[in-house]
Amino acid sequence: MQNPIQTSGNQESLIDVIDLTKRFEDVTAVDTISFAINRGEIFGFLGPNGAGKTTTINILTGLSRPDSGTIRIAGQDYIKNPKHVQHLIGVVPDESNLYPELSGFDNLCFCASLYGIRKQERQEKARKLLQDFGLEEAAHRKFGGYSKGMKRKLTIAAGIIHNPQILFLDEPTTGIDVASARQIRKLISDLNSDGTTIFLTTHYIEEAERLCNRIAFIVRGRIARIDTVENLMQLTEGRHIVQFAVSPDSAVICENITTAFPGLQCRTVPGGVFVESSERVRVGPLVRLLEDMGAEVSEARKVRPSLEDVFVDITGIEVGMMKQEKEKAKMGGEA
Amino acid sequence: MKSWIAFWNILVKDMRSYYLKPPNISWGLLFPLVWVAMFFIRSGLGFESIPDLLPGVMALSVLFGATSVLSVTVTFEKKGRSFERLLLAPISLELLMLAKTTGAILFGTINAFVPILIALFVADLSAVNWWIMVPAVILVAVSSTFLGLFIAVSVKEVFEAQTFSNFFRFPMIFLCGLFFPIASIPLFLRPLSYALPLTYGTDIIRGAVTGGNVMHLGLDFLVVILFCLFLFFVSLKNVNRKWIT
Repeated sequence: MQNPIQTSGNQESLIDVIDLTKRFEDVTAVDTISFAINRGEIFGFLGPNGAGKTTTINILTGLSRPDSGTIRIAGQDYIKNPKHVQHLIGVVPDESNLYPELSGFDNLCFCASLYGIRKQERQEKARKLLQDFGLEEAAHRKFGGYSKGMKRKLTIAAGIIHNPQILFLDEPTTGIDVASARQIRKLISDLNSDGTTIFLTTHYIEEAERLCNRIAFIVRGRIARIDTVENLMQLTEGRHIVQFAVSPDSAVICENITTAFPGLQCRTVPGGVFVESSERVRVGPLVRLLEDMGAEVSEARKVRPSLEDVFVDITGIEVGMMKQEKEKAKMGGEA
Repeated sequence: MKSWIAFWNILVKDMRSYYLKPPNISWGLLFPLVWVAMFFIRSGLGFESIPDLLPGVMALSVLFGATSVLSVTVTFEKKGRSFERLLLAPISLELLMLAKTTGAILFGTINAFVPILIALFVADLSAVNWWIMVPAVILVAVSSTFLGLFIAVSVKEVFEAQTFSNFFRFPMIFLCGLFFPIASIPLFLRPLSYALPLTYGTDIIRGAVTGGNVMHLGLDFLVVILFCLFLFFVSLKNVNRKWIT
């Protein structure tokens, strides 16, 4: 058993996933993962492209069937009776998939009707959500003409119009402008404050750090670690990181640093290097070494360890690369 | 009750959104009318030939209308991922697919009455047995729709659905006795004729319009109903297998 169910404290779990496995021909997309999501929490699900995040969401929402494993949602066997549980679930997929030919208002009313909500009630809910999400002026414009940020907001509104107990958000802020992303993060927080449990996948680690109560890191179909953000951050205690802005940046610099100072760890990032140690890092000898190597050092600054560092430690994956891949994939998909 | 709210709204949305889409107008309405005009002019027999042409024209209108709508309502939404919303809703797959197909059945049925409306002005249709005609048209619409569903579930793009539909639709014009009696089809092709639901549907409509049905109407109805059930359940199985992977 690689992944015993982990919850935080004695809270009531809303979703229990036990030994879930999904294969696509020779590839094991999800490999015996187990976790529980507590009622009322924001649960982050982080991992690089192809790690198994979307496959897991698809299984949890009923769009895919696992090869083995158990899922209980609100105590009910979800694999046997997905339709009995789907009214408890709201889903915001990674692409805004509402109907382009319908207006924002009609889209919301239609989505509400899928959950059996009567006409008057669904119109009231749609009006309220459009107001809450700042979309009332665009209510009667066709969804196809909305900006990306507006589309994301309306897609979230459509996901919650039936008051689900749990909302699955797949990359809610990818590919949209900063202001819209900030609004969406606030909406997510507000929804959670109102009692909605949230399952969030994102490749913006700082977003997960800010929003989530607990986070699972998934890599190559397996869960590498699940814990509260506080506990994950404790892993960075006693770590000292200094960032050097160096020109030119190259992998050779890191090799020379770790050869000259065996107690240090070094990794290259665009425009420089990160040097890390369990003790305080002395900057002077490092700058001298870099200058002796012919590199120009323009800045050296202490960096507070972040969840991103924890992610890199646990998964061995560079976050910058993960972001670039995801954004490239998203732009390609929408082109 | 809640499921029926979903059913009704899916149906109404499809009718509002898709009935006037270009593929439905061109393949569903214009194509059968052009085809009829061609036969009418080619026959040179004048308006008295209309009752003989009418069953074939009606069957053709239903077939092209119903299958065209399905390729838009299902394939288009699957491609744009909005179909996922329907799969995520707490309604059974059976009811969902019935909701998606009812719009096409209605479109096909309405389509069949376009040539009848035109014929009413130029031909004597007093001998038509409407009690047989109406259920026959509906059954042909149901079987054509479920054939369209079978096709729509098998492809990814709207244009593929139209092309794949034509692979079935065009041979059916000649094989199902729409304009030429099955007796005039080469012997080796006749088993194919009897394996297609439209053959039986057209026979019923012909029986209702001119009394010239070749097979027993009870058998015709039974075979078309069996075809409908078969195509619907195969399509459901395909949706389950292909779209909920």
